[in-house]
Amino acid sequence: MTTADLLNKIEQVVIALAAFAAVIGLLLFIIDRAPKKRKDFFQLVGFVAPAFILLIIGLVYPAIRTAIQSLYDAKGNFIGLDNFVWAFTQPDSLVSLRNTVIWVILTPLASTAIGLAYAVFIDKSRGEKYFKALVFMPMAISFVGASIIWKFVYEYRPSSANQIGLLNQVVVWLGGQPVQWLQAVPANTIFLIVVMVWIQTGFAMVVLSAAIKGVPTEIVEAAQLDGTNAWQRFTNVTIPGIQGSLVVVVTTISIATLKVFDIVRTMTAGNFDTSVLANEMYTQAFRAGEPGRGSALALILFVLVLPVVIYNVRVLRKQREIR
Amino acid sequence: MSVAPVELPIPGSSTAGRAPSLEEEYVEATTKAGRVRRNLTSKWATVAALLIAVLWTIPTFGLLLSSFRPSILIKTTGWWTIFSNPGLTLDNYRDVLFSSSATAPQLGQYFVNSVAISIPATVFPLVLASMAAYAFAWMNWKGRDIVFVLVFALQIVPLQMALIPLLSFFSRGITIGNALIIPPTPSGTYAQLWFAHTAFALPLAIFLLYNFISQVPGEVIEAARVDGASHGQIFLRIIIPLAMPALASFAIFQFLWVWNDLLVALVFSGGSPDVAPLTQRLAELTGSRGQDWQRLTAAAFVSIVVPLIVFFSLQRYFVRGLLAGSTKG
Repeated sequence: MTTADLLNKIEQVVIALAAFAAVIGLLLFIIDRAPKKRKDFFQLVGFVAPAFILLIIGLVYPAIRTAIQSLYDAKGNFIGLDNFVWAFTQPDSLVSLRNTVIWVILTPLASTAIGLAYAVFIDKSRGEKYFKALVFMPMAISFVGASIIWKFVYEYRPSSANQIGLLNQVVVWLGGQPVQWLQAVPANTIFLIVVMVWIQTGFAMVVLSAAIKGVPTEIVEAAQLDGTNAWQRFTNVTIPGIQGSLVVVVTTISIATLKVFDIVRTMTAGNFDTSVLANEMYTQAFRAGEPGRGSALALILFVLVLPVVIYNVRVLRKQREIR
Repeated sequence: MSVAPVELPIPGSSTAGRAPSLEEEYVEATTKAGRVRRNLTSKWATVAALLIAVLWTIPTFGLLLSSFRPSILIKTTGWWTIFSNPGLTLDNYRDVLFSSSATAPQLGQYFVNSVAISIPATVFPLVLASMAAYAFAWMNWKGRDIVFVLVFALQIVPLQMALIPLLSFFSRGITIGNALIIPPTPSGTYAQLWFAHTAFALPLAIFLLYNFISQVPGEVIEAARVDGASHGQIFLRIIIPLAMPALASFAIFQFLWVWNDLLVALVFSGGSPDVAPLTQRLAELTGSRGQDWQRLTAAAFVSIVVPLIVFFSLQRYFVRGLLAGSTKG
């Protein structure tokens, strides 16, 4: 990169920001001086039009196009539901569908379970803040960065050499043979899921920790006076008390997991039977030149996400009503 | 670090199963939830918590330490042998950031790209969404509720649904009949990425900011109106300052989302080194030079360092923003 390049890039950003500020400023200026008669209308348009235009061009219209395109092949011929038939019969896409199911079952369960356990263990402990920060930190790291971190943990060296990946070193210490974890079908999907669990546990932990602190002390104390032990109090008082948050955490992580792309792309690029729906969609649409198939997969993804989101929203709304 | 209760000054009071002294009993009864903690924070819980904390930290720590080790040592010895194979260096960072050799990662320019993509892609949706949120909250118009539900519903559309048509729109422009309404967007600039990130961010941003902006006390706005303030003035002088915490939370969330994004970058940057962000370069490097650990470790940390700084310096806003926006995508 030369200095000229750098200046050029800074210039692009500054111009874009300045132009944006100018347009918005001008817009607000003009609607303030709109003719009295239709002032309300002009003001409304001024406030909502920029966002709505972007939403329509950038989201609504493309989503409709995608739905239509899923009925066409790569050459633009109408082929009905053939792309969907393809998605549910081809070995490649079947593998990615199967893996997506495995992901969406294991990730929310594992992250929520570990996050809940950790939140309970550190609740009101000394240094709780720091304990939380340690586990929450992966949330800040990009999926790509996390993938590299874990690829290094899984790194393989033949048994004759020193191991540089921590996992294989542990295996060797325990007297085993090093394994190429990411190529070991079918366990390799699990090793990718570990990365996602590592990231999402922090989210589960923070939300559930807040929920646990919201369980009324009186109920817990009453239970204690009744002579219950810690485990009974946990299952009979804490769990029902944080039920709403548990559902939100599980569904939220499920949604994120259904769309997971970066981890698979970075760690295996979908090879060794590790592909998932979102990765297959990208591969078909932007690598294999099959936008129809990619659209069909995107639509399947949408249909899978839909019920989870609706359920999530309903639970959230119910919680708000109770409050 | 032990997991003894914070407020209790009495030594050994966290030991489970011991009959509490009178003094303890008193302290526990007065500090809320004092009794609850006693059995839960047992020794095993402490051990388990420490174990999880260590497990969660070690991978990152190993990578960070390795990024400072000379390449020959990274490739032949594990980072945990640092004491028997000592040696720390900044060469890896010099190489990935500043080396101009053709095989080097040349992360400098990608770092600039990441910054150049993220800042406008945070500012644009923030401003547009707060304006729309204001219109939903404080302007009376027909169909407001229905439109709001529609915008809210857009959150469920995965961005995968929009990628293919949006890309073809960028390369061909929008035509109605034969008339070109919007010309093709020049490739090799950030414009496509800014646009895509802004559009994808809007539904969530409008929804979150609406929740906050609609909570502003109505009397304040009424008073301003009586004084003859226009919507533009109310928005700039009252709403924006009052909504600052919400704006900050969303800004942080959006900035990190854009900074950490790979999918949108892959689709809309066209793979050009003039536009591609760090994440894309990292993904390329893992694919093509997966064994160059001296570069990968340092490169990963170059991309991680900005989010980590944000995380540690703005943790409160950060947590709030992430929790609010966790369903995005």
